[in-house]
Amino acid sequence: MKSLAELSAIRDRMKGQVGSRSHDLTGTKIVVGMATCGIAAGARPVLNAFVELTAASGKTDVTVSQTGCIGICQYEPVVEVLEPGKEKVTYVKMTADKAKRVFDEHIVGGKVVTEYTIGSNAK
Amino acid sequence: MRQLSENILDITMNSVRAGASLISVILTEDPPMLTITIADNGCGMTAEFLEKVVDPFCTTRTTRKVGLGIPFFKMEAEQTGGSFSIESTPNVGTTVTASFDQSSIDALPLGDMPETVMTLISSGPDRDFLFLHARPQEEIRLDTRELRGQLGDLPLDTPEVLLWVRDYLREQYGENDPDRSVPNQS
Ligand SMILES: Nc1ncnc2c1ncn2[C@@H]1O[C@H](COP(=O)(O)OP(=O)(O)OP(=O)(O)O)[C@@H](O)[C@H]1O
Ligand SMILES: [Mg+2]
Repeated sequence: MKSLAELSAIRDRMKGQVGSRSHDLTGTKIVVGMATCGIAAGARPVLNAFVELTAASGKTDVTVSQTGCIGICQYEPVVEVLEPGKEKVTYVKMTADKAKRVFDEHIVGGKVVTEYTIGSNAK
Repeated sequence: MRQLSENILDITMNSVRAGASLISVILTEDPPMLTITIADNGCGMTAEFLEKVVDPFCTTRTTRKVGLGIPFFKMEAEQTGGSFSIESTPNVGTTVTASFDQSSIDALPLGDMPETVMTLISSGPDRDFLFLHARPQEEIRLDTRELRGQLGDLPLDTPEVLLWVRDYLREQYGENDPDRSVPNQS
């Protein structure tokens, strides 16, 4: 059975790590579009996948957050990756499987998955 | 949407965008009816605006000319033979209530509520959610205010905490068997 006490254990475990996650810092931000258009296209499992991948990686400089409609509804689910000092990368028509590749190759590996970006998908 | 839980996520995201600090999402089952109540203490709407809000051309967003969430939710409830209502007071908050006849052929499956609650909490660390699902045999409940004592200064939207919330709810829904994938997924 899961208990509230497990949360204290999570807190203690996170405390022991260098550079705790916070929102106002220098790390990588993964932002998932979560308006009606995004949700209807399947944004929820994409966000879920990024949360799982981030927790599993132990990377404390990565945050997962969400935004509303950015006006490109036909490309939803849309995910933006923001890294300090780099240009924003916009991934389109995302799925949980594509999220895994983006996480491994871009977030961890530092190499943009060009074929999923808006530039490669624009009609 | 393929799941009612995705509709619930969408309507509750309106409360998030309205700047609410406390949002309750309450599901009450009285078979075959399922009533969903989403209440927030956000910015609210004037009576005049509220009248237009069920019209799919009403939005305060600037990125797109039409708002779809509320008209969609209303239509889906009414298609099952259920009902929809919305009440709002400026600077006080908004309550959306919709009932669905789950025996209707037009009814969507509820789907993955744990993932919806997790997604809502990931919208920011300072907002609280009360989630209640009163089922015929048991009550599933999560109140983020009760988690904060355990978390200390660890933010509520930390990925490890979000996964704990999801798995805690999955367990209450009886989905804790690791060999079983989450049901109702399309
Ligand atoms: N809980 C709420 N509190 C305050 N205002 C709200 C609330 N819910 C809806 N509104 C207002 O009603 C408008 C219409 O909402 P609706 O969900 O239909 O569309 P939207 O959120 O603008 O766009 P979409 O849902 O299609 O992404 C919103 O833009 C907002 O101004
Ligand atoms: Mg909306």
